[in-house]
Amino acid sequence: MDGHRTESFVRALKDTGDRPPVGLVGPSDRRFAVHRNTVAIGLITALEVQFPAVLDLVGSEFFRATARAFLEASPPASPRLTTVGERFPEFLAGFEPALQFPYLADVARIEAARVRAYHAADTPRLGIETFSSVAADALEDLRIELHPAVAIVRSAHSAFTVFRMATGGLAPATISQWHAEDCLIDRPEFDPIVQLLAPGMAVFLHALQHGATLATATVAASESTASFDLSEALAIVIGGRLAIHLSTAQRDP
Amino acid sequence: MDRLPIGAGVGFKPEHFAAILDGPPNLAFIEVHAENYMGDGGRPHAQLAALCERFALSIHGVGLSIGGEDPLDRDHLTRLAKLIERYKPQRFSEHLAWSSHGGEYFNDLLPLPYTPQTLARVVKHVSQVQEKLGRQMLLENPSTYIRFEESTIDEVDFLGAIVAATGCGLLLDINNVFVSAQNHGTDPRSYLANFPFDAVGEIHLGGHDADTDETGDVLLIDAHGCPVADPVWALFDEVIAQHGPMPSLIEWDNDVPAWPILLNEISRVTYILDQSTSASRVA
Repeated sequence: MDGHRTESFVRALKDTGDRPPVGLVGPSDRRFAVHRNTVAIGLITALEVQFPAVLDLVGSEFFRATARAFLEASPPASPRLTTVGERFPEFLAGFEPALQFPYLADVARIEAARVRAYHAADTPRLGIETFSSVAADALEDLRIELHPAVAIVRSAHSAFTVFRMATGGLAPATISQWHAEDCLIDRPEFDPIVQLLAPGMAVFLHALQHGATLATATVAASESTASFDLSEALAIVIGGRLAIHLSTAQRDP
Repeated sequence: MDRLPIGAGVGFKPEHFAAILDGPPNLAFIEVHAENYMGDGGRPHAQLAALCERFALSIHGVGLSIGGEDPLDRDHLTRLAKLIERYKPQRFSEHLAWSSHGGEYFNDLLPLPYTPQTLARVVKHVSQVQEKLGRQMLLENPSTYIRFEESTIDEVDFLGAIVAATGCGLLLDINNVFVSAQNHGTDPRSYLANFPFDAVGEIHLGGHDADTDETGDVLLIDAHGCPVADPVWALFDEVIAQHGPMPSLIEWDNDVPAWPILLNEISRVTYILDQSTSASRVA
């Protein structure tokens, strides 16, 4: 099977019609359909497993139609099914039929972060003793590297509350007004957790993730939220064991 | 190092982790799909590391697309090499099939025509895999539903030629033999009579679904979602009686059953392997 024959096979595989490719022996409609079904169902099922809250929120029929459109627009390049949904949140954000659910792309971001956290490297986490040994005058210039499982999702549409309702953590209720919610995704042992962050924390953690010093991250968080509380932020980082490495930056001359 | 123990194995499913670690005495090895362990860490690797302390390991790839027209995916091959370096499994196997084309992955084991051109391509790909991994691989015979007008080489001869050219071994999936034979109206026993058994390093047994095509002919589907069918057990029995016991695995990937049901299948494998061992002792 070379060149055009493979192209014909692939076209028939992705075609929603019933025609098999050219060059097969005997009547092959039903036989070829076995492959067409496997291809269509397998990848959609993988997305359903990775995005259970999105599935719950929009229902099976809508999810399947959306997943089909996503896979057509963004076909997977890798045989690792764990990565098949990496671009699904971005797709939802621009998918016209999904715009009636303004929180949907953010909920999908939370779920994509959970999948990444589940498979993240087992890097050892720093305990409080490592922080205690940092000299007081070095604190400002401290850079704190966060665990690869740690992710921050910021939403203008109450995505944390909606996620919790969709996954059974909160009783479903009407949300009268969308509000901003930031959340932290991590994997303390094997199972990912999602927790709500106070205003300003997301900016702080995001700055640390991008290599800012403690002083710079604090300034950024305080500028975004006047009530930002550094001791509360450090309680999250140290108490939640989010850090894997400390280093001290050279102070700018 | 490069051999699985002769005995029964099972395709590992995470829901059975605790039951398997409890240690059924007749389980000799486990098998996992390579692509499910290509993340960096977390539960999948913690479970696999624990299982490796107890059982021999077979890593079974489903995404290399060895039968494909595209060159092998270098990144995927590198990930595979890393996984094999990490766990040092007793065996690595893949399929005579393709699953990617033009850089797109289809998540299915797709069939290829058997021609001198496709043979040359598969030989090249198997050699590249073995070179990259620094070990012999096993290639599995496929379940097929369709046939290509352009095919000029018999499947068993095609597999034999790959073995001769690359030195790879074969994974004989007896359910696949039965499914293909039923679907194409051929005789599974004549397929097995010609199969190059010297190259077989592992046997697979799995369940299939039954349907019919538009002409009313039987259409069996390799679904791995039910017990092994009786005619497949009969073929397995005959193969073991004739060629001696071999590492033999139960595959049950969909509608995964409770562990005792799987254990029942494993026990049946062990029984057939043991019978053959004691028969050869008597002889």
